[in-house]
Amino acid sequence: MPRALTVAWLYVRIGAMNELQYRANFIVALFQALLALAVALVVLSLVYAHTTELNGWTEPQLLCLLGIQILMGGIINAVIQPNMERLMEEIGDGKLDHAITKPEDAQLLVSVRELRIWRTIDIITGAIVIGVGLTQLHRGLSPGDWLAFALLLVLGGVMLYCFLLILTTGAFWVVRMGFLPDLFEGVYQTGRWPIGIYPDWLRYSLTFLVPIGFAITVPAEALTARLQGNTVLLAIGFAIVLVTVSRWFWRRGLRRYSGASA
Amino acid sequence: MTLSAPVRGQPSPLRAMIDFYLTMMRTAIQTQFQYRAATYMYLLGMVAEPVIYLVVWTTIARTHGGQVAGITAGGFAAYYIVWTLVRNVNIVFTPYGWEWRIREGQLSGQLLRPLHPIHYDIAEFAGGKVIWVLLYLPIAIGLTLVFKPTFDLTPLGLVVFFPAIVGAYLIRTMNLWLLGMVTFWTTRGSAIFETYIMAELLLSGRLVPLQLMPGWVQAIANWLPFKWTFFFPIEVLVGHPSSASLLIGLGMQVFWTAVGAGLVWLLWRASVRHYTAVGN
Repeated sequence: MPRALTVAWLYVRIGAMNELQYRANFIVALFQALLALAVALVVLSLVYAHTTELNGWTEPQLLCLLGIQILMGGIINAVIQPNMERLMEEIGDGKLDHAITKPEDAQLLVSVRELRIWRTIDIITGAIVIGVGLTQLHRGLSPGDWLAFALLLVLGGVMLYCFLLILTTGAFWVVRMGFLPDLFEGVYQTGRWPIGIYPDWLRYSLTFLVPIGFAITVPAEALTARLQGNTVLLAIGFAIVLVTVSRWFWRRGLRRYSGASA
Repeated sequence: MTLSAPVRGQPSPLRAMIDFYLTMMRTAIQTQFQYRAATYMYLLGMVAEPVIYLVVWTTIARTHGGQVAGITAGGFAAYYIVWTLVRNVNIVFTPYGWEWRIREGQLSGQLLRPLHPIHYDIAEFAGGKVIWVLLYLPIAIGLTLVFKPTFDLTPLGLVVFFPAIVGAYLIRTMNLWLLGMVTFWTTRGSAIFETYIMAELLLSGRLVPLQLMPGWVQAIANWLPFKWTFFFPIEVLVGHPSSASLLIGLGMQVFWTAVGAGLVWLLWRASVRHYTAVGN
C-alpha cells in the first residue's frame, strides 16, 4: 500500500506542476471564486432580510453550511471531477490502455492523474467562510465537535468521490455521457441549503441517491450542535456501502472495456 | 415545404431571408431531435437552479403567514415555473462557444458565407428551442403537480408572452455575441462573461423576483437590459401588468435589441480584421 501512495503522490505533484506553468490562470480563478462568493453572500443577506430563521437555521449557521459547500466544491473541481472527465474521455477513445496496463491499482491511478491546482482556491475560500460563520456563532466547539466535523467531512468527500466514480463508470456501457458535469453542477447547488428544507422525495434523493446531504448538511450539523450519534453511524455505514459498490462496479466496467487496438 | 411559388428573376431580399431562416430552423430541429436524451439531461440540470430558489422562498413564505413581499407560495411556484420556460428560450451561444469557434478556426468557413454569421446563430438556436420547449413540457407538468402554482392567466398576457420571450432571446443573443467577440482580443473573456452573469443574476429577476430586491436595485434594473430578459416576460404571464407597462416593456426590448445589434455590427467589423486563422 505505501508504494501505491507514493505513486499517487507523484501523480499529484506532476499535475500540480503542469498547472503551475499557467500563473495567470490563478488571477482568473481567484476572480471567479470571489464573484461566486459575492453572489452567495448577497443571496444569504436577501433571505435573511425577509426572515430570521430558515427552517431553524440562523444566518451564521447557514454561513457555516455555505463554507462547507464551497470547500467541498473546491475538492470536487480540483481533484475528483477533472479525473472523472479524463476517465470518461479515455473510455470513449480507448486511451485508458495507458492507465490499466500499469502495475498499480487502476482505480487508484485513474483517480489521481489530474489536479487543477487553482481550483483549490475554493477550498481556502470555503475554510475562511466557515471561520467567519463560526466566529459569528459565538459557540465554543469541543474537541469532540471538531473530531466529528473532520470525520464527517472526510466521509462526505469519499462518498462524493464514489458517487461520481459510479456515474463515470457508466461510460463503459453508455457512450454519450458528456452531459454529466453540467447535470451534477446543477444538482450540487442544492447543497447550499440545509437539505431539511426540501420536500421529502427530494430530501431522500439528495441523501441516498446523490450523497450531498451527507457531504454538506451533516458536517454543518456537527458545527451547529444539531448532530445526533445515529447520523454519524449512518454516515459511516453508507460510506462503506458506497466504497464497496463503486469498487465492484468499477471492476465490472473494466471487464467490459475493449481498448483502442481491439 | 416550399414557401414560395417560383419567382421570376431575383427573389425579394425579404423573402430570401425568411426562406433562409425557415430552412435553418428546420435543420436545427432535426439535428436537435437526434440528441433528445442528452438534451433531457441538460434540461434536468438546468431545472435545479429555479427549484432551489423556489423551495427556499416558499419555505420562508410559509413561516411568515403565507407570503413574502406580497408573493404567496403559489405565486413563487408560478414565477419559477415560468422562469424555466423563459430560461429555455433565452439560452444562446455563449462566449465559451466563441472561444472554441475562434481557437479551432471554425469561424473561417462562416466568413465565406454571404450572410452575417449572427443570422446563422439566431436561426439555429431558435430552431433548437422548438425541441427544447417540447421536451421541457413534461418537466413543467411535473413541477406544476409538485409545487402547485397559482396561475391567473389573462388572454392579453398569453398574447404578449410570445413577443416578450422572443425579445428576451434577441437581447441576450446580442449581449452574449458582444461578450463573445471579446475573445478576438483576449483569451480571458470568461472573467468578463462571469461578471455579466453575476449582474444578470442580481438585476434581471433570475435569482429572485425583483420585488424582493431593495428599491434602489429595482430602480437601477429599469435602466439596464437584464430585466427585460427574465423578469419582464415572466411578469407578463404571472403578474398583472397594465397595458401601459406591457407596451413600455416591449418598447424597452426593441430598444435594447437595437442597441445590441448596432454594437454587434460595429464590433464585428473591427473584430474580423483582427481575426487570423490557421488553414486546415
